[in-house]
This record gives sequence, structure tokens and C-alpha cells, in this order.
Amino acid sequence: MTKYFFKRLLEAVPVFFIILTAVFFTVRFVPGGPFDKERPISPETRKALNEYYGLDDPLWSQYARYMSNLAKGDLGPSYKYKGWSVGEIIAQKAAVSLQLGAAALLLSLAAGLLLGFGAAAMEGTKFGTALSGLSLLGICLPSFVLGPILALLFALKFGFFNAMGWNDLPRDMVLPAVTLALFYAAWIARLARAGAAAEKRRPYVVAARAKGASEARIYFLHILRNAIQPVISYMGPAAAGLMTGSFVVETIFQIPGLGRFFISSALDNDYTMVMGCVMVYAAFIIIFNLFADILLALANPKIAGQMRK
Amino acid sequence: MGQMLSVENLSIGFSTRRGQSRAVGGISFEMGEGESLAIVGESGSGKTVTAMSLTRLLPPQPQCKVDGKIFWRGESVLEMDNARLRKIRGRQIAYIFQEPSTSLNPVFTVGSQIAEAIRLHFPEQKNIKAKVVEALREVGIRNPEYRYGAYPHELSGGMQQRVMIAMALACEPSLLVADEPTTALDVTIQKQIIDLLNSIRHRRKMALILITHNFGIISKLCENVAVMFRGRIVERGKTDEVLKNPQHPYTKALIACIPRLGQKTRLQPIDYAKLEVEMGEKL
Repeated sequence: MTKYFFKRLLEAVPVFFIILTAVFFTVRFVPGGPFDKERPISPETRKALNEYYGLDDPLWSQYARYMSNLAKGDLGPSYKYKGWSVGEIIAQKAAVSLQLGAAALLLSLAAGLLLGFGAAAMEGTKFGTALSGLSLLGICLPSFVLGPILALLFALKFGFFNAMGWNDLPRDMVLPAVTLALFYAAWIARLARAGAAAEKRRPYVVAARAKGASEARIYFLHILRNAIQPVISYMGPAAAGLMTGSFVVETIFQIPGLGRFFISSALDNDYTMVMGCVMVYAAFIIIFNLFADILLALANPKIAGQMRK
Repeated sequence: MGQMLSVENLSIGFSTRRGQSRAVGGISFEMGEGESLAIVGESGSGKTVTAMSLTRLLPPQPQCKVDGKIFWRGESVLEMDNARLRKIRGRQIAYIFQEPSTSLNPVFTVGSQIAEAIRLHFPEQKNIKAKVVEALREVGIRNPEYRYGAYPHELSGGMQQRVMIAMALACEPSLLVADEPTTALDVTIQKQIIDLLNSIRHRRKMALILITHNFGIISKLCENVAVMFRGRIVERGKTDEVLKNPQHPYTKALIACIPRLGQKTRLQPIDYAKLEVEMGEKL
């Protein structure tokens, strides 16, 4: 397993390289540049800026310089936030997004599994059908609707929380985490319910019953370990999506997270910041998918067997 | 001999979207300790649901409706509570199923699945692993200490079925219900499994119900046979007598379907239209 882990990490290096190269050149092809503002700046200033950042050099030499700096761990300066390096911004903002994302992840897992496995256990009853319907609602309700509703109700009307901000932790985390978690919770619930409902009909369930096992034992021991596998596979991309932050939720609740930079850096043509965001997202996707695969191997010995090869 | 199992006027119906369908229509049979009975019939004749109903393994109402009486050593199976039923399942009446590859849970080692069967009925049992290894050895699995830790997908179909047999026999049941135990296996393995069941049955003096569509395998394993057709038992008797001198047209047709070495004539498919005419006269 350790060997497999390092093999996968090693495989990620060229993937990472290809992603960075592709993004480096595509953002340069977008019309405009980092210093095009609504109010035009004088040609002299622009020339000085371009010269200072080396933006007049041929593209390939800029690429070579960026990559060699990156190899030294330097992500370059932000063109938009003067005096900040991309590394500094990411370090600061990602910490916030990570906290919020982790809270939302735990919340969506707990709620999703409970709801999904509960619905499958009560399959056929009215309550079970209602639980399934609830998860469909969760998928359909967008966060830019849910967020303001939650803020309106629990902050402005009842005053349990602040309507926005990121100062009074962990209380300020609750509303954005719930908003962020709902979609993932609903999706996990559907995966868990479908998985458990399918596993309930497998012959090994009848065989376990014929051995004299109780229904609770069959469900919790025999069925769930099989039924949870689709959820585990989904956890990789879900965790990456949650931990990198969300533009919508961070805007609604005014949270200083990384999610907003994914959109704003592209709009601002802040080349180095775009690269930084892409790097964070790619790294999270690679790492969390790897974690998910390892968890999957722990749940499913067949997959573990393939890993050993 | 006092009857161990008696089934009286058992009928089983399933409710489907298109209404009620009757899988078994009023069958009765009895078995004494250590006896063996083959229930033979084609797909859909009701033999598997009959076997499953003996310990209420069918889906609950309203999906499935079971009427009639089933007595296990004087207790009514259809009326007993779930806790009592669980003490009978696996401990007194054990099952082997048709598809060993799907009847084993893919995420647990075969050893732990057999151990579970023992622990469910003998929670105080010590040295369970040694007992499991012994059970694996009894069903002819070589190197059982090593195989204890194998997962189902690491074993061949024949080995998986041996594991299922070991699991069924682990608690020394009085009755083994084998539902088409060889259907999913190739012919050479089929014979090994039949021989294994036969030797264990005689050694343990265990009763056996064998569900099959294959007349060819029953003569060796079962003294008695009941032939099922469309939810009814159409003929019953000692196996060799029925095989030698079948009375019912369906039994004759089934026996005519057994391929024999050196046979020069073609095998005849069952002509249901003709059968219905003949049975109509008899019924």
C-alpha cells in the first residue's frame, strides 16, 4: 500500500506539469492584461509595469522563468494585489477555506450517510420515501438561494448567528458550512441510499439471514460496508471541491476564503494568481482522490488486491 | 419415528404489479430425522420458494404471502417470533445456495464468515479459528489455515461452494437444505460436491433436502423424491422406484430429458400442450 501511495504521487508529477503548462499559455491568450483597468493608465506607467514584471519578454522565456521560480517554491507576485505574493495570499486564504470546507465535509458526510442509510433501511415506508424526496430537494436548492434564506432566518430574524463575517469562530462557521454542505449531503444521501437499496437484494444477505444473523447485524455489518463504497469514491472530488472554497458562499457570507479568487483572478487577468488557484485545486483533487482510493481499498479487499500488483 | 419436519397444505403467493401470482399451491410433505428428500422440478415450479419458506426466508408480507402450516419438531415456523426463528436458522436448518460467488459477502474473509455462523449460535465458543479450520478441512479445502484469510473472489467457484458447505455445516444442523448446489459449477466439480455432500450426510446422519432440476444427481443423494410441477407435487416416492417406473407424465418427460451415454435417440423437449391434456385427464 505504501508503495502504491508513492507510485500514485509520482504519477501526479507529470499531470501537474501538463496542467500548469496548459493553463499558463491559455490565460495569456485571453484578451487584455493585468493592468487594463476601467480607468486607462498612461502608456509610460504601463511600459514601466510590464518591464518590471517582465511581461514584455517572449512568452517562452516568461514560461521558463515562471517554472524555474516555481521549482524554488516561488509562485510569483500578484499583479492585482500590489506587494503580495501569490504564495502569501494562498497561505492566508486557503486556511480559511480549508476550515470551512472541512466543517462542511464532516457535516455533509454525517447528514448524508444518516439520511441515505436511514431511507434505505425504511425503504417502502412513507417515511423512507419522504427521506429520498428530501435529498432531491437538497440537490435542487442552489446555495445562492439557501444562503440568504438561512441568513435571513437564523441571523436577522432569530439572531442566533451573525449574518456575515468571519470573526467569531466557530459560530460564524455554522451558516456558511450548512449552506455549503447541503448539496453534498443530498448527493451523498442519494448515493448511500441507492447503494444500500441495491445491496439489500444481494444473495449474501439471504445467506446471512439463513445463518441466523439478526436484521440489524445484517444491515450494519454486512450491507453498509458494501453500500458505502460509491460514497467513498465520491468523497475525493467532493472534498477537493469543498476545501478550495466556493465563490457564491464566500460572497454571500463575506468570508475571506480562496474561493473568490478562482473567479476574480481570472477576471482580473492576474496570471500568477490564476496559476496559484489552479495549482491548489489540482493538488487537492489529486491528493483527495488518492485518499479516497486508499479508503476504498480498506473497504473492498478486491481493490486492495489490485493495488498490490 | 416422530416427524422432524412437516409441511401441511403450504401455498405461497407473490403480489406483483399485475396482481397475485401463485408460486406454490397447497403442497404437503413430511421428513423424519436423518431422511433425505429431493424436490425436483423445472424453473418456476416452486421448489426454491418452498425451501426458502421452511425458515421464513421469503420477503415479508404484503410482497409474499405464505399460507398453510410448517412444523419444525412440533413448533409452528410460521407463527414463531423472530428471535426463536434465528435460533433455528443455521443451527438446526442450514442452507446452501445456488450461486456461491454471490452468496458470500465480498468484503469479509471466508474464515470470518464461517466464524460468524459459529459465533451467532455459540457465543461462548473458544478457539473459533481452530473450529473453522477444521470445518474447512472437512469439506476438502487444502491448506485451510491459509485459506481462512482468503476473500471470496480469491477462490474458484468449486472452492466457494465448499466454503458455503463448511459454513452451513459449522453448527452441525439437523437438516441441510441444498438449493441447486451444483448448478453454477462445471460437471467435474459437480461430482466432487455431490460426493462431498453424500459422505458428510452419512457421517453426520443429517437430514437433507436437495432442490434440483436435474434427475441425474439425485439417485446418489436422496432416498425419497418429490416431483414438483407448477406449484404442486405431482409425484412422490422412493427415488429408485420413481426413476425406474415413473407414473406421472411430467415425471416421465423429465426423466426422458436426462442424457445418457451411448443413447442413440434424440433427447425430447417437454411438450407442455400434450402434458396438459394428459394431466387434465388425471386431475
